[in-house]
Amino acid sequence: MKPFRYARPGGVTEAVRSGAEEPGSRFLAGGTNLVDLMKLGVERPDLVVDVGGLGLDEIVVDSGGGLRIGANVRNSDLAVHPAVRRELPMLSQALLSGASGQLRNQATAAGNLLQRTRCVYFQDVSKPCNKREPGSGCPARQGDHRNLAVLGGSAACIATHPSDFAVALAAADAEVAVTGPAGERTLRLDELYLLPGEHPERETSLAPGDLITAIVVPPLPFGTMSAYRKVRDRASYAFAVASVAAAIDVTDGVVRDVRIALGAVAPKPWRAHRAEDALRGLEPTASAFRAAVGAELSVAEPLLDNAFKLPLTANVVVSVLSDLTGARR
Amino acid sequence: MTDDTPPRTRVQLSVNGQSRDLELDNRTTLLDALREHLGLIGSKKGCDHGQCGACTVLLDGRRTNACLVLAVTCAGREVATIEGMAGPDGLHPVQQAFVEHDGFQCGYCTPGQIMSAVGMLEEFERGWPSAVTGEVQPAGLTAPEIRERMSGNLCRCGAYVGILAALTDVASRS
Repeated sequence: MKPFRYARPGGVTEAVRSGAEEPGSRFLAGGTNLVDLMKLGVERPDLVVDVGGLGLDEIVVDSGGGLRIGANVRNSDLAVHPAVRRELPMLSQALLSGASGQLRNQATAAGNLLQRTRCVYFQDVSKPCNKREPGSGCPARQGDHRNLAVLGGSAACIATHPSDFAVALAAADAEVAVTGPAGERTLRLDELYLLPGEHPERETSLAPGDLITAIVVPPLPFGTMSAYRKVRDRASYAFAVASVAAAIDVTDGVVRDVRIALGAVAPKPWRAHRAEDALRGLEPTASAFRAAVGAELSVAEPLLDNAFKLPLTANVVVSVLSDLTGARR
Repeated sequence: MTDDTPPRTRVQLSVNGQSRDLELDNRTTLLDALREHLGLIGSKKGCDHGQCGACTVLLDGRRTNACLVLAVTCAGREVATIEGMAGPDGLHPVQQAFVEHDGFQCGYCTPGQIMSAVGMLEEFERGWPSAVTGEVQPAGLTAPEIRERMSGNLCRCGAYVGILAALTDVASRS
């Protein structure tokens, strides 16, 4: 691991200043991904700014059922929070399906959002990777891409975002509160995450010094009718091969509103707007669900070894929505 | 001291109730601080990437992977390791159950398994659900619950049958 200086700022302002003054710095919270990447030589910060002592660890539930989740709330605390389990089961389920008991105790909410891809080429510094080393190339298209993206990728990069939590947040229209050198702002998740295009090294719209201080989840009246389902290669403690977060509101026999987000298929949590648009106003039947997810996946660009994600994802979407609505499959 | 000297930080750790003063290279993980600087070699380095659980300790009472925690971030925090588990009256109940049910073969993963189990039982006591719990509170530590909750600890000897028996036994007694 490269040597680094260590700073423990006394407040958010000081942390932001440290981060902004030194673009070669990294914020450290739980550290479960950053420390690992530092060991691998993928991350080589000159300065580690420990934001773990800044507080930012409260979960506030507003009267409408919305949540404000402090950046440093541990994944385990959030997953087991009674209001989260009641109002947005998909959020709790996504968190509990991720990592291990030990990691969930250490990892933070904001850190979960900013964790890096587990693409094998990104994590191996002896291999080319456009994300880690811009312009060095990408062996994934011809090489190991079974776990990589079928949606939203580019010629330069088809890495997937590994988070479960972020998929459920995308379905919930969550935003992040950011404090930066110029002050505070709020970003929707689809503003936070960038698609790779020609610059896969730029994963988010955050600039040096920008610190996520909270995750804001607006009230979702039909959030109680939500679920997260994850398919993986073993029963526990593995990243998703495909995952779905969904919430659905069926009123008077038709789909009044629906939220669908897909995991493990794209460089960011993939909000399935096409599928949602296709479903509103229809009767909630398995065939309607299948047609809707088909519309979403029609723009996919699968490769030889990850094409299986298309039928898999379609099946999981149909299954989750059918279970939520009681539709016959 | 030249400019090339890796930066160091003084840190006071509390390990098994004892205060320990260290000056560490910032890169030192909690696991390396315990093993290389404090001589507490019970916590094991398996993968060193948070994937095997052999390094599991309790940090402020919660199980965590010591290999992924920088020691400098642990100032003022309580660390509990396998060395602190047995009391004056003998082994910790989880330790005793591992012995009685043959919860190990080579023993390398065992300290991590035991520390993880201690943390896991405490989480269960607090009513924490798991991925297999479903919508209601867990009724008891069933085999699927134990398997799911202990999935962060690998055993290459495959002593899982004994580990499951040990933890089922402990859970039924508490």
